[in-house]
Amino acid sequence: MNKTVALWLAVGWAGYAVLPWYAIDDGFFGFAWFDGFPTNIDSAPAILQVMDHGRAWLLPIGLALVAPLAVLWRGGAKPWAATVLMTAGGLGLAYIVAQGFAIGLGGWEFGFIESAFGELGDRQFGMGYGALLVIGAFLFFLTQGLAKRGVINGDAFVVGSIGLVIALIAAFIVFPVASILISAFQDNDENFAPALFFIKLFSRDIWGTDCLTSTLTCGIAWNSLLMATLVGASTTVLGLAFALIATRTGFRAKKILRVLTVLPIVTPPFVIGLAVILLFGRAGSVNTFLEWAFAIEPTRWIYGLPGIWLAQMLAFTPIAFLVLIGVVEGISPSMEEAALTLRADNWRTFTTVSLPLMRPGLANAFLLGFIESLADFGNPLVLGGEFDVLSTSIFFAIVGAQVDQGRAAVLAFVLLAFTLSAFYAQRRWLGRKSYATITGKGDAGLHVRLPKRLTRTIYATALPWAALTAVIYCMIMFGGFVETWGFDHSFTLRHYTEAFSITTGLHGLVWSGAAWNSFWTTLEIAAISAPLTAGIGLLAAYILVRQRFVGKDAFEFGTMLSFAIPGTVIGIGYILAFNVPPIEITGTGIILVVCFVFRNMPVGVRAGIAAMSQIDKSLDEASLTLGATSFATLRKVVMPLLRPAIVAALVFGFVRAMTAISAVIFLVSANYDMATSYILGRVENADYGLAIAYSSVLILVMLAAIILIQGAVGTRRLSRRDTQQFGLEGGAA
Amino acid sequence: MTTGYKAASVQFQGVTKAFGSVVAVRDISFTIEAGSLVTLLGPSGCGKTTTLRLIAGLEMPTSGRILIGDRDVTKLPATDRDVSMVFQSYALFPHMTVLENVAYGLRVSGMAKPEAHAKAEDELALVRLEGFGERLPSELSGGQQQRVAVARALILEPQVLLFDEPLSNLDAKLRRRMREEIHDLQRKLGLTSVYVTHDQEEALAVSDRIIVMNNAVVAQEGSPHELYESPVNVFVADFIGDANLVKAEIKSVNGEIAVVRIGSIERRLPHRGLSPGEVDVAIRPVSIILSNDTSVEGMEGSVLKSTYLGNHIEYTVDSPLGELFVIDYRVDAPLPRGATVSIDLAERGITLVVDES
Ligand SMILES: Nc1ncnc2c1ncn2[C@@H]1O[C@H](COP(=O)(O)OP(=O)(O)O)[C@@H](O)[C@H]1O
Ligand SMILES: [Mg+2]
Repeated sequence: MNKTVALWLAVGWAGYAVLPWYAIDDGFFGFAWFDGFPTNIDSAPAILQVMDHGRAWLLPIGLALVAPLAVLWRGGAKPWAATVLMTAGGLGLAYIVAQGFAIGLGGWEFGFIESAFGELGDRQFGMGYGALLVIGAFLFFLTQGLAKRGVINGDAFVVGSIGLVIALIAAFIVFPVASILISAFQDNDENFAPALFFIKLFSRDIWGTDCLTSTLTCGIAWNSLLMATLVGASTTVLGLAFALIATRTGFRAKKILRVLTVLPIVTPPFVIGLAVILLFGRAGSVNTFLEWAFAIEPTRWIYGLPGIWLAQMLAFTPIAFLVLIGVVEGISPSMEEAALTLRADNWRTFTTVSLPLMRPGLANAFLLGFIESLADFGNPLVLGGEFDVLSTSIFFAIVGAQVDQGRAAVLAFVLLAFTLSAFYAQRRWLGRKSYATITGKGDAGLHVRLPKRLTRTIYATALPWAALTAVIYCMIMFGGFVETWGFDHSFTLRHYTEAFSITTGLHGLVWSGAAWNSFWTTLEIAAISAPLTAGIGLLAAYILVRQRFVGKDAFEFGTMLSFAIPGTVIGIGYILAFNVPPIEITGTGIILVVCFVFRNMPVGVRAGIAAMSQIDKSLDEASLTLGATSFATLRKVVMPLLRPAIVAALVFGFVRAMTAISAVIFLVSANYDMATSYILGRVENADYGLAIAYSSVLILVMLAAIILIQGAVGTRRLSRRDTQQFGLEGGAA
Repeated sequence: MTTGYKAASVQFQGVTKAFGSVVAVRDISFTIEAGSLVTLLGPSGCGKTTTLRLIAGLEMPTSGRILIGDRDVTKLPATDRDVSMVFQSYALFPHMTVLENVAYGLRVSGMAKPEAHAKAEDELALVRLEGFGERLPSELSGGQQQRVAVARALILEPQVLLFDEPLSNLDAKLRRRMREEIHDLQRKLGLTSVYVTHDQEEALAVSDRIIVMNNAVVAQEGSPHELYESPVNVFVADFIGDANLVKAEIKSVNGEIAVVRIGSIERRLPHRGLSPGEVDVAIRPVSIILSNDTSVEGMEGSVLKSTYLGNHIEYTVDSPLGELFVIDYRVDAPLPRGATVSIDLAERGITLVVDES
């Protein structure tokens, strides 16, 4: 125990007395700050900021770091040791946060402090690695103290983990969302203006219903709702059809079906939109053919709701499928057999037993489709035409001709309200009945055959759809090799060389292609964020499944919250929160990593919870009674059994970081451009060839990465007969 | 009874454990002597597992003190207690071989692999599983898995060894054999062992002492013989070996002996501190003697139900004392349903019940 205190004390002092306290402008790991260190005011550690630069407000932090020395000195077993650690950690943490918010780029941030203390005559920048280490030290002093007090059976590792996850969620989810809410109630000069909020909130372009009575368009909120509902419903129906085909029919090409359902997951969503344009756009294949064969005038019908709907259905049906296949498979055959023995025919069995048992799955699938559609940014941007939706309007309120941060915040507020209501409604709807159908006992029965007319219907729906998906992917694969789509269909490698050429220059190889810059950044950011996503997600899952503590429900809500927040909302929240001290990370790669980690963490949490619930708790307890610490237990017993979940979380974290666009578009910078935002830029310039070429390379890279991850993490071996293969199935569910 | 050199006593002092509003264990106190095997016996849900987990440190008491040896371990987490546990589900790590499972406790406490594995081999030999080290738990039968779980718990030579219904997943024959094996091992090594079961026969067979629990409290503690011969209340009497509870009257008390009138029969029983007047007596099913010779003096009753069970017959008899449950080992002359019988009581197997709880 004292070793841990000593360690964190060393970390804390390193942060206070050795490392630069404030963030370094050109990046910490450029090490340009060595020049002039430690006396330079920009790179000085806190202790010198106090002594040489008169920043006396950093002094109390040092005092809070002195107190735990007493614990080290006099032994940690004394009852007062816990109090000292808790007080030092808790007060230190609170003080750092308070001074960070109180003193900003313009001196005092709040008028009332200024009037109390007078003008400060100084200012401070965003916190750097020095501050980060000190915050870490305070956090773990606090949790160590709590553990000594007997919280969670006195398990310091578990208390520390809980503290860490709570701190991260507070900083990177709650704080940005709160920033939006605050910003929504301010005018653009940061004055409190509730009246303006209501004016903006109830404006006609958000809620207008003109389309019902005239040819004008409706408000963007209605547009978004309509689109999300249509997409949610249709992806659920299609997903169910595919799930039934895959599990309940003798359909022979199930493998191909699987591939078709995995591909859209490794495809940036708007790439589908792009392919839809190539197929149905004005100069698209279908129109060209119709004009040539029947002299039908090409139209722009695809731009607007129909196009978005089509593209989103293509993109999100696999998600519905993956949710529903688990549910359809999970229905115990004996329930259906019971219905049959009670004289129900196939049709009645399906409608009165099977279908109602799928209700949670259907609700989940609808909810996911609904939220994904609301949050989708790329497809409405590419295909929207005159049809404005919330996610794109938020973007244009920030980067458009007239920047209106307040309007962006209000729109984000509406969008967030929609998704959270959808979550809430789903909870309410599913809350009352128990749908547990998997008993854990071996179930020898056979699933009831589907009624004939149903089989015919699902084939008639699903197979043409599968064909369309296949065509779309052919377009993506071949589109990159065509000179100009719709006009000149001659074969060319031009797009690939433009994007990915490598030439030999004076100093060896030169990555001269236009795409390399964003490509390497994307790979780097994805490779860094995937393990962090998996790590934090699984740690949170471990805490949720295995530990009991006060406030666990709130903890779970916090970990799942970012799932309900659309990417555009997170994007604007991050800009509002992290553009100014105390955490000033816009324009860095860190903000991208942080954004991906916390946006994708919920999937790690869910995968972890699902997997960990299947591991009997007595295994952990056996390990504990054999003298292993809870950390050793996690490492030696839980982790090896969690391999499938680890793969799922890693794959998902990686793929999502490579395909995401909605939040990313706000956060990229000249130094850190991401593949998706680069491609989208090309699409806006109608440079479809390069965009498609780049997209197909991304898809191949992701498939390769998935295979790599599976190889690296390995499978778990529970008996010699089954070496199970886990892949994407767990990943996107 | 030998006492292992590390074996330690276990002491509960007014321990209560509540889960929210559910009180799983209420203010219980007992002492388990070093080197003895003590059983926690009681119906499902009475708090046995919780008591065991409190000893292991997997739960922390809401109030009260727990001592192992002379050391107060009330706040000590499981990792730091010298207590091992054999779980109801065995809890063998499915991704490790049998040998790795058994060596686990030594490995996490820092012993080098070759040494730990050598000791694990010895331990496997002790439970007669030489040569099974390289298998995975899924490749063993239930009884073998059980023995691996025991070996894994034994290897640390714990101060206290805990068993949570270790035999409940085995079939009846195997259960009997395993219980003998565990008993022998415990005696040989002189381990302090706490054994949870809801099966009274199992408890009687293996225990030095039995702690009977009911509704989160200790109903009675004593040797198997004491519990069977002088249960303090109806619950214990009924739970250990079944009992018929009937009303009776103490006519007089003379020294240690009370003269008790049960229906029309008089018996002389230890008075257990009771004075003349109305009492309850517990009568074992085997202590009720039926005969179809109605001419003998005694009570008269009629057979309501009769169940043939091979080596004995169970009767339900309507009598002036109420409905009685009777076990009769004379299987060659079964009494038919509806037969009128005379009822007599044996000299043994009848106890005055002290309290009503
Ligand atoms: N973790 C828990 N949370 C809430 N209630 C519990 C928990 N563990 C046990 N209980 C309750 O405590 C009581 C005693 O449980 P237990 O000790 O497992 O009984 P036994 O092992 O004798 O069957 C039961 O009513 C049970 O529901
Ligand atoms: Mg139990």
